Amino acid sequence: MSAQDKSTHASVGGGNQESPKDKGGLAMLIAFIIGLVGSLVVGWVVFPELLYSEKEQPFEFSHALHMNELGDCEACHFFREDGTFAGVPTLNACLDCHSYAIGETEAELTFVEQYVDQNKEVPWLIYSRQPDCVFFSHAAHVRKAGMDCVTCHGYLGVSESMPVYQENRITGYSRDIWGYDITGVSLFKKNVWESMKMDDCARCHEEETGSKGACFQCHK
Amino acid sequence: MKIDRRSFLTLLAGGAVGTALSPLPIKLMDDISIWSQNFRGTPIEVPVPERGPASYVDSVCTLCPGGCGISVRKIGDRAVKIEGKPGHPVNDGGVCALGLSGLQLLYGPWRVAGPKKKENGRWKKISWDRALSEIAEKLNELREAGKADAIAGIARTGRGTVARLMQRLLAAAGSPHFFPVPTNEDAYTDAVARMFGKPGTVGFDFENSGYVLSFAAGLLDGWGSPVRMFSAHSQWKTNGIKMVQVESRLSSTAAKADQWVAVKPGTEADLALGLAHVILRDNLNAGAAANSRAFDSFEALVKKDYTPARVAAATGVKESVIVALAKEFAAASHPVAVCGRGDGQTPCDSREVMAVTALNALVGSVNRQGGMIIGPEPDYIQWARPVLDDTAQKGLAKGPKTLAGLLAGKTPDVQALFVLEANPAYTLHDAPKVKAALEAVPLVVSLSSFMDETSALADYILPLPTCLERTEDVVVTAGLKTPMIGLTQPVVEPRLDTRHPGDVILDLAKAMGGTVAGSFAWSDYQNCLEETFGLVYGKLAAEGYLQKSVLETLIDTAVAVGRVDFSPVVEADKKARQNAPALVLAAYDAMRIAGGAIATPPYAMKIVPDTILKKNDLYVEINPETAQKAGLADGKAAVVETPAGKAQVRVRVTHEVAPGMVAMPRGFGHTAYDDYVSGKGVNVNDLIGPVPDPVSGLDTAWGAPAKLTKA
Repeated sequence: MSAQDKSTHASVGGGNQESPKDKGGLAMLIAFIIGLVGSLVVGWVVFPELLYSEKEQPFEFSHALHMNELGDCEACHFFREDGTFAGVPTLNACLDCHSYAIGETEAELTFVEQYVDQNKEVPWLIYSRQPDCVFFSHAAHVRKAGMDCVTCHGYLGVSESMPVYQENRITGYSRDIWGYDITGVSLFKKNVWESMKMDDCARCHEEETGSKGACFQCHK
Repeated sequence: MKIDRRSFLTLLAGGAVGTALSPLPIKLMDDISIWSQNFRGTPIEVPVPERGPASYVDSVCTLCPGGCGISVRKIGDRAVKIEGKPGHPVNDGGVCALGLSGLQLLYGPWRVAGPKKKENGRWKKISWDRALSEIAEKLNELREAGKADAIAGIARTGRGTVARLMQRLLAAAGSPHFFPVPTNEDAYTDAVARMFGKPGTVGFDFENSGYVLSFAAGLLDGWGSPVRMFSAHSQWKTNGIKMVQVESRLSSTAAKADQWVAVKPGTEADLALGLAHVILRDNLNAGAAANSRAFDSFEALVKKDYTPARVAAATGVKESVIVALAKEFAAASHPVAVCGRGDGQTPCDSREVMAVTALNALVGSVNRQGGMIIGPEPDYIQWARPVLDDTAQKGLAKGPKTLAGLLAGKTPDVQALFVLEANPAYTLHDAPKVKAALEAVPLVVSLSSFMDETSALADYILPLPTCLERTEDVVVTAGLKTPMIGLTQPVVEPRLDTRHPGDVILDLAKAMGGTVAGSFAWSDYQNCLEETFGLVYGKLAAEGYLQKSVLETLIDTAVAVGRVDFSPVVEADKKARQNAPALVLAAYDAMRIAGGAIATPPYAMKIVPDTILKKNDLYVEINPETAQKAGLADGKAAVVETPAGKAQVRVRVTHEVAPGMVAMPRGFGHTAYDDYVSGKGVNVNDLIGPVPDPVSGLDTAWGAPAKLTKA
């Protein structure tokens, strides 16, 4: 807008009429608020909804039931002889008990028919899987530091059913890593397991060992 | 209220503020960074090993002659890491940088995926049967034309069943022309044959030595079996054993030695004979070598020609140092002297090997604890002689020629050449001439796992599984006290359309038919291997190696060695004494660089410091004195010119090399393999011409007269 235009506006305005300048200011304020509120809604509500897709596990699984039968987590999630952690059990481990259907639930049938009989690994969706650039040793945390499973994994181990898996459409990892609180601010966390980002590792390491640790400890 | 341009911009401003106040930017940035670390299915995909339990397969590393036992970690079917095998007699769990990078040789893009034939300069796929029958037909044509001896073979080694099968194929066809690539072990074997009456393998009982005197042997630069040498060196440090390095460059070995004796380039033998002079003059050895032949002539030679004053003038080492070294060496309990430039893959001249061997003999350090150990050649391969028809007999009767002789001239005498896991177009001296000769040979068949320089020049490539994909016996001498036979095991299933070299040779013999086929009675290579070892094959397969006991070694060595004869030393000194040129280009080896047939894999290339290779520029080391004469400053570009050729390099001006020397690392300047390996620096073998030794006949060139000018 040129200087001449401005002066024209000024000369037309004035007197006892409502100032067009005020009118313009109000419009701008409203526009600003619409922009602000709209983007806040997008950022806080729409974006998180869009970011994650919801996936179901291949079939229903009860940790509680298995804990009752087998006693502890390490019955299935065991350390191998060389100290590495087996993670989610492979079909072979399941076959120790499930070489044929035990029980008559729909999940059991699905498991036996689609996986056991076809000798196919179950494509479990893993809530705690970290990106491939992260090195994590269960042995160091569980065996050396004596931590229990609940500290990081919460009460998944006693749940009756598996929660819905929310997959990040961009990264492909579970929402459990960033946490359900979209702010990702770890100060707001009530429990350790609510998010598992690098800051969370660093905070715990600083509290427990006095140092956040060096980059190469986890990023080999 | 109407929405004008101004309110629209304000709307955007409000949107920007709102977005900034929402978690969207930070969350999006975080997600995109994770996404970009994990590109899947794209050409830049980051390989991520599968998850799952680890399993281990034990084998033997064949990337150098060291024969280390390895234990390869696998996840599923994929080999993910090469580790040293704990308890193995050679390396006891240790592994070197090259060995660690070995998986890149297995999975790298330079593997040849299937048999190929060159037609009008372009590679075409061909089936195994077709390739073998075409080659067999050409060989039979040569035989029928009475040119059986125009068939030749070059092999990485002459030992082991595969090499011997190749030699047998040539012999059955009627050619004596089988050439294993020579190393310093051959120079030692030749020297031992002349001085002790029988050829034998030479090892060193370093673990029990009381004093180590090395004449330019890169004991910590890849000599012998590198992991074993590193552990022997730690033992010397722990036990206070003195190690002296005689060398004209401050190599890693010299830097880690207790004493570095900087000699003028190429005068190591003079110093060895100078030490012999002092030992004999002062009678420091208490007549240890009195019971020997031609001792008088040797004594006369060193007393007359190798006085400390003359040796000091020749080598640049002070007289007092020469005398002190001789005294220390003779007075030490279990001293040992050793030679073998750099990693020992280039033969030393006879004069040097014999002078150093004579030094050991003088103080009684031959076949004694801590000394130089001479043993018999491994003789486990006892096959019936090949069946020879008239053609074969006539061919063999023509008598052997040298490889250099066969390849010389515009139309080489050799008409068909097999290259078995060797890379002569890169490793032989005056490599450009070798390349030209290979191009002139009508039929070159490369048996190799890789698209190396020689494969690139060949007419047929018959691709082999790597040592991680096949079973084969490996004879390990590598300066070990007791030679060993290792057995490689297939760690993974062959990835590509490859065939075991033993089977390639057997199949080729079958395709040739007649007495050639009749000379190979085995059904396949595995059958040949098992029959060769007989009853002990089970033990070999179970333990991964066979090694003689201490008692057997003692008996072997006692039988192997007669009285030492000094006359060959005197003769070699007469024939081989040479004057070093004013400026000499010399090759050196280092642990981080593979200088042989196999190129430095990308992982190992990463650890080459930028004082050696910066981008694609290779640095040569020169003394400040040399730099001043050539008018060169540190880091400047220069041209090195030798009779064989010239190359552009950069100079590193340092006191770590002797004046008059241009030190260039071996192992760069590849033109084949891939972008990570080729086009980096200069191949020193392009610049050094062959120098046949007047006594052993081996090519003992370690350098070449050079000119250095500003680029």
